Amino acid sequence: MSRNPRDTSRTPLDLAHATPDPAFEITLDGRPLPALPGQSVAAALWAAGILSWRTTRRDGRPRGAFCGIGSCYDCLATVNSRPNQRACLVPARPGDAVTTQEGTGRADLAV
Amino acid sequence: MVGAACAFYAARSGLSVVVVDRGPVAGGTTGAGEGNLLVSDKEPGPELDLALLSTRLWRELAEEFPERIEYEPKGGLVVATTGHGLDALRTFATTQREAGVTCQDIEGADALHDLEPHLAPGLPGGVHYPQDAQVQPALAAAHLLRASGAELRLGEEVTAVLRGPDGAVRGVRTPRGDLLAPAVVNAAGTWGGQIAALAGTELPVLPRRGFVLVTEPLPRVVRRKVYAADYVADVASGSAALQTSAVVEGTAAGPVLIGASRERVGFDRSLSVEVLRRLARQAGELFPVLKGVRVMRTYHGFRPYLPDHLPAIGADARVPGLFQACGHEGAGVGLAPATGLFVANALTGGTAGPSGGLPVGAPTLAEAFRPERFGVGAGVV
Amino acid sequence: MPTLPSDDTVPAAPDACDDAPYDLAVVGAGPAGLAAAVAAGRLGLRVALLDSAARTGGQFYRHPAPGLGARRPEALHHAWQAYADRAARLEALVAAGRVDHLAEHHVWAVTGAAGEWSVHAALGPDGADQRRTVRAAKLLLATGAYERQLPFPGWTLPGVVGAGGAQAMLKAGLVLPGQRVVVAGSGPLLLAVAGSLAAAGAEIPAVLEASGYVGYTRRPATLAANPGKLAEGAVHAAALLRHRIPVRTRSAVTEVHGKDRVEAVTVMRLDRDWRPVPGTERRIPCNALAVGHGLVPQLEPATGIGCATRLTPDGTHALVVDDRQRTTVTGVWSAGESGGVGGAELALLEGELAALDIAGRDGRGRTSRARRRDRLRGFADAMAVAHAPRPGWTAWLDDDTDVCRCEEVTAGQVREAVAELGARDARTVKLLTRAGMGWCQGRMCGAAVACLAGGAGDTASRRPLACPVTLEQLAED
Repeated sequence: MSRNPRDTSRTPLDLAHATPDPAFEITLDGRPLPALPGQSVAAALWAAGILSWRTTRRDGRPRGAFCGIGSCYDCLATVNSRPNQRACLVPARPGDAVTTQEGTGRADLAV
Repeated sequence: MVGAACAFYAARSGLSVVVVDRGPVAGGTTGAGEGNLLVSDKEPGPELDLALLSTRLWRELAEEFPERIEYEPKGGLVVATTGHGLDALRTFATTQREAGVTCQDIEGADALHDLEPHLAPGLPGGVHYPQDAQVQPALAAAHLLRASGAELRLGEEVTAVLRGPDGAVRGVRTPRGDLLAPAVVNAAGTWGGQIAALAGTELPVLPRRGFVLVTEPLPRVVRRKVYAADYVADVASGSAALQTSAVVEGTAAGPVLIGASRERVGFDRSLSVEVLRRLARQAGELFPVLKGVRVMRTYHGFRPYLPDHLPAIGADARVPGLFQACGHEGAGVGLAPATGLFVANALTGGTAGPSGGLPVGAPTLAEAFRPERFGVGAGVV
Repeated sequence: MPTLPSDDTVPAAPDACDDAPYDLAVVGAGPAGLAAAVAAGRLGLRVALLDSAARTGGQFYRHPAPGLGARRPEALHHAWQAYADRAARLEALVAAGRVDHLAEHHVWAVTGAAGEWSVHAALGPDGADQRRTVRAAKLLLATGAYERQLPFPGWTLPGVVGAGGAQAMLKAGLVLPGQRVVVAGSGPLLLAVAGSLAAAGAEIPAVLEASGYVGYTRRPATLAANPGKLAEGAVHAAALLRHRIPVRTRSAVTEVHGKDRVEAVTVMRLDRDWRPVPGTERRIPCNALAVGHGLVPQLEPATGIGCATRLTPDGTHALVVDDRQRTTVTGVWSAGESGGVGGAELALLEGELAALDIAGRDGRGRTSRARRRDRLRGFADAMAVAHAPRPGWTAWLDDDTDVCRCEEVTAGQVREAVAELGARDARTVKLLTRAGMGWCQGRMCGAAVACLAGGAGDTASRRPLACPVTLEQLAED
């Protein structure tokens, strides 16, 4: 990875001089991931290099955060079995179980 | 929708047709409707007869436009919430059966659950109407219009109905010029009274506002059109006051639609939180599973309502060359094909119809829908 | 002549019972709403400040939650002091009982009339908890804006994010969508985004601006009248220079490559109408793309109560406001981007102007602010025109490109509705194709659909519900 030699701030945390409280653990489909207090679920997933946590209704295509401010609803996630939560708005909490949401996220209701 | 059906059947009868609308396709009540094709909510009488004919015609149209109009012959389920209500519903269904409606009594909560697994527990029973169906109304209107081959003049408002020295209609005027035609069909729905006025006569069409709630997309959680028995009384009522009774149904696209409210408040477009509250509460009582589901949007429409709840269909005896096709209240999409067929028949002197014309009893029906039945000055509030 | 109290004294709280209506409800705690709530509180009004987020600041002054321990949030912001001052004053007003900051209140509708507004909110970070109705005599809507998007092949791949979205995630969560991020689209925000991402450690192989910057210089008077804006622009330019980021004008990303996430983008030169010039394709490897085409005013819940809108110079709709920030509905004011996109400095001013009028104050404080506001509006309009999407962009759409991300409606389906089924406007396209009927209610595809249907209509699309609300919340008394 090439970096600009004059760039003194290497990470967003450095840039903001952030010294976060201790990280905690959340899971995506059972896989443990670290999250920092104050991060949204989407931010924690991005920090782990994960960009998608949902598949679409029609074509089953992967999606994740897009607008970042709660307007586009592309980042809908199932968190602790509750579907259709905007991951960019919902804060990550210790032990949160995020599952990749398929389609409506409510297949269990189908009759 | 009614205009599209008139154009479709008139063109099929060999007439050359031009459709003029001040807005886009399905820009009025059609675009704000659920696309109900119902027999279940109609008491025996001319409207039910028209609905039964329409049911058959919609099946034919669905074969002609497979999938594009999202036709779903899913059936209706009317549920009673009390034992007394169930008795009344049964009596009502018996009279419908005698008038030609297919329906089955459903006894007890278990039988209801077999039909609709998410229905609230403990309901005494209901009646199943397999003839009830649904289309996506905007798609249906657009595809009928396209298939008609009629010339479309959209975004063009009729500013005058042209009449000859003998008083007979000879066309319409729009900002883009005069369109000459020996016959003008008024299918302006809730705004039909204005076209009638331009033609020098009256049609007392009033708006009856209704809200629909649209949920987030869901898998199929509601199989049929399901509603509480009080809905029938609300449909038949002429009250100006707010009436709500939950009408819940799934759609091919995923969202569940929740109606239905009725109130006469003119063309008031403001949101009524009270209407939404009542609809949400009643829908949640029928289908508790929906309580945690998000409502993504709500919309309202204005049903074109005539004082006796029947549409005005056919030649208007007061103005030669003027034909009426409006005032279907909440049933315009359902009644559209039969209305179109009636109008085409009136336009051609009785030769229209892809299935051998109108049924026996059509003359009686035509009498019930006579546009001039209100007289001049009658019923206009 | 009274203007705004300039010292840090706070008027004492009046005796008020909990159920008494507020004098003023402010919807949105971004620069405009925050400034208005602070000013109105200091002028003696009892104010409810509602916002969907947990912290004030809106999108512009979005900043990390306390748990992230950011000691220098200003590193991610221009003009942070303007926010910090008002946030401190708000804290004092809240402590004094003058202003209630109602965080995590997603306003889904407003009903009522002047003197008796009801602001209906869904509570919680995602608005899925309880419901609350806030009553107020007067209403200020400062609902801000969201980013305008134009689709292109591959734009639904993970790793393609809004330029404003990347900025928002960075400001609040201190995260990046990737280490090598192409920034593309149009509008002044792109330079700010590229600068922030680079400062936060991302490599930016290119910034691609579909328009140019020459449009600004055609209005030298407007530029000269806005030295603050020039300085802001110079800061961004210097940041790009420092990070050696190449900026290419009249260029766009016309396709994104990758299987399950972004691997590269194709960049093309554009002609004056934004039509891609054949033969100019260039492939840039990257693992994220931040893209956006300016901002769209957030008009809900204002349109739901009948506030009139106008077509802006760059083809969006904004609320009509007069020189006192009054909307066309009695008892309703608007400040900031909802009345036309113009930036944070303008939003702060408009918020204060609205507060002065709401509190019945007039005089010098108003006229000098109004003058500055008009200057900034002029600058914003000039920029809007310079960066407005040109019609040729539709040439980079394949028929199978998704236009509506929610309902997965393709450009081909939209074109069919227009060419074959008689759709002439975005609403009819929606009815016939479902484009715009999904979760976002057309906020992401609205601009594109309007363009494919023949241009933005005279009226903004209606969304009686400003955001989703559960059936249970609706059913509450």
